[in-house]
Amino acid sequence: MLQELLTDYTLRTVALGAGLLGLVSGALGAFAVLRRQALLGDAISHAALPGIALAFLLTGSKAPLVLVVGAALAGWLGAALITSVTERTKVTYDSALGIMLSVFFGIGLVLLTYIQRMPAANQAGLDSFLFGQAAALVARDVQTIGLLGALVLLLLAIFWKEFKLLSFDAEFAGTLGFPVARLDHLLTGLLVVAIVIGLQTVGVVLMSAMIVAPGAAARQWTNRLGTMVLLAGLIGALSGVGGAVVSARAANVPTGPAIVLLVSSIVAVSLLFAPVRGLVWRRLREWREGRALRVDAVLVDLYAMASQHESTGHPHSRRALDVMSETSASTRKTLRLLRVLGLARKVDREHWALTDDGVERARRVMERQFGGSA
Amino acid sequence: MGPSAEIQLIAVVVAVACALPGVFLVLQRMAMMSDAISHAILPGIVVAFFLTGDLGSPLLILGAAVTGLLTVALVELLRKTGLLGEDAAIGIVFPALFSVGVLLIARYAGDIHLDIDAVLLGELAFAPFNRFTIGGMDLGPNALVVMGVILALNVLLLTLFYKELKIVTFDAPLAAALGFAPGVVVYGLMGMVSVTAVGAFDAVGSILVVALMVAPPAAAWLWTERLSVMIGLSAAFGVASALGGYQVAHALDASIAGSMAGMAGVIFVVSFLAAPGQGLVPQFLRRRAQREAFGCTMLIIHLLHHEGLENAAEECSVRHLEDDLRWEHAFASVAVRTAVGEGLVQRDGDALALTRGGRAEAHRRLVVT
Repeated sequence: MLQELLTDYTLRTVALGAGLLGLVSGALGAFAVLRRQALLGDAISHAALPGIALAFLLTGSKAPLVLVVGAALAGWLGAALITSVTERTKVTYDSALGIMLSVFFGIGLVLLTYIQRMPAANQAGLDSFLFGQAAALVARDVQTIGLLGALVLLLLAIFWKEFKLLSFDAEFAGTLGFPVARLDHLLTGLLVVAIVIGLQTVGVVLMSAMIVAPGAAARQWTNRLGTMVLLAGLIGALSGVGGAVVSARAANVPTGPAIVLLVSSIVAVSLLFAPVRGLVWRRLREWREGRALRVDAVLVDLYAMASQHESTGHPHSRRALDVMSETSASTRKTLRLLRVLGLARKVDREHWALTDDGVERARRVMERQFGGSA
Repeated sequence: MGPSAEIQLIAVVVAVACALPGVFLVLQRMAMMSDAISHAILPGIVVAFFLTGDLGSPLLILGAAVTGLLTVALVELLRKTGLLGEDAAIGIVFPALFSVGVLLIARYAGDIHLDIDAVLLGELAFAPFNRFTIGGMDLGPNALVVMGVILALNVLLLTLFYKELKIVTFDAPLAAALGFAPGVVVYGLMGMVSVTAVGAFDAVGSILVVALMVAPPAAAWLWTERLSVMIGLSAAFGVASALGGYQVAHALDASIAGSMAGMAGVIFVVSFLAAPGQGLVPQFLRRRAQREAFGCTMLIIHLLHHEGLENAAEECSVRHLEDDLRWEHAFASVAVRTAVGEGLVQRDGDALALTRGGRAEAHRRLVVT
């Protein structure tokens, strides 16, 4: 497979393009996820459509750079309008997103159908922005992606400190004298560029996943911004290359959905298995802690009753323990666990007593709980 | 009825059917769920189509509605883990479901009539050709019948559960305390959104569903604070988008769904600019009026303080306002112009003096009520 990737020219081009855009959109998307602007990517990618159509109408050119500039201007305008509507009226962010997304897209659609019906106009290629046509990527497209992507990442590196502060404490940034509004525009602008270079490859609808998913997955593995951005870029790049390869090898699997499903699975795995934050570990931790609490509670109860007698090994009935237990659950399971751990022994059908180890542990638990006064 | 009238009728019915649940989506800050649901129903439609083999089957609507609710449940599940924000959860769930739909079509349904263009973009122009017939009797275009039923259903549900929707929208904790089960009401609303979205998809496409669900209610919200008025206005704006959009599309020979969305945007922008209270122009006028009134008050009180004192000639002059009180030139001119215009101050070259009315007014405004 690796050999195929290196020798097959078409596959190599497509994989390189998809990988590059995954890298860029993943890195920028990490900021969008942290700033709770995950859906802004969706709105921008839809809002870019009329820009593409207008760029073509005005210049008559289908050069990737021309279309990308048009798309970026329209996407940026959409984002600016969203901010303006939310700041100046009671209309909320989500509604503003929905309006700009659908209205810009609708206008783009009108322009596209208008172009389609113009005599002698060849609109082939513009359609690919709707659904993405990774397989149609050529070297010129990859060059555009690489050039703009490098520019975006360079600016991200230059303004790293500012963007970090903006993402975590914008008000503090303001009090330090950073031009918060302008930095916000710049970061949104970089996101717009990251989105529009991906549109042709994965299409309008799926582009939003390329922004959100790598960042959301990376967030689960780390609490450090630098690591998260690197990881998000890596996940994006891997999904891009992986999706391109899968789509090339399997019949009738379009590249866009392949990339999106791949990156979505990475999100699922991260949510479940990432260390510390992963759901599986969290559940396991809760279960262990709950078990330890139950074991200790029964031990202490047994010890408390036994200390009324001359020997700490004095047996007591399970019913008595059930009554003392704070939960309504039976202590039967916990007692069985105590026996396995060698902390208690069953004297007869009903009665249980602490072993020497059990007495030892019960004392330690009580010291911890009551500050050694027992 | 000709095809053009039928298309407009379908557009109007779709617009009103979308506006009704849209009002509550907008008010509950869940507008983007319309985007998520209208995309995520794709795999539901595809699977139901595989099962029935018929694009007109009511099972498609059922399948899509189930997928819509599944989307809501998945988003809620992800959000509850606390590992993702709600926006990220939405942004991950619907592209994934949409991808599944696209993949299923590409792999197993390449040769049938179910293309993604139609789902996403819709083509209203073809709607009249697909007729709904019972026993050979032509009852109108299929889309009109389906959307008519959905509209009736939405109106019925809205009437029956108006009180519940209202209280859950504006005060969910109170609703819960009174025993209204906000969760059930929200899922019911999402069910409405899903059914409406799937009914509309083959006529107008999923993007227009978003436009018609969000833009008219948001525009209406700018004009009113009353829920009942907002619902009426949303429906009216929806109808205007539908009819206006059709005219534009007809003139340009372009996508009807697209120009309806564009028209909904125009209505929103007009509201954004002009709505009393919230619009930019009234906001600007209000600010200007406040500025004028404030400047005028400051000026007459200043004049009142220095009237008759020995340095009055110097204090009561236009130049003094800018040079010593450090008022900006624009603000000083506005204050002087307003005060003179209202007959409170008399201007003689650079000198300013209170009129008799101005003196009384200054005394009145000094009293803090």
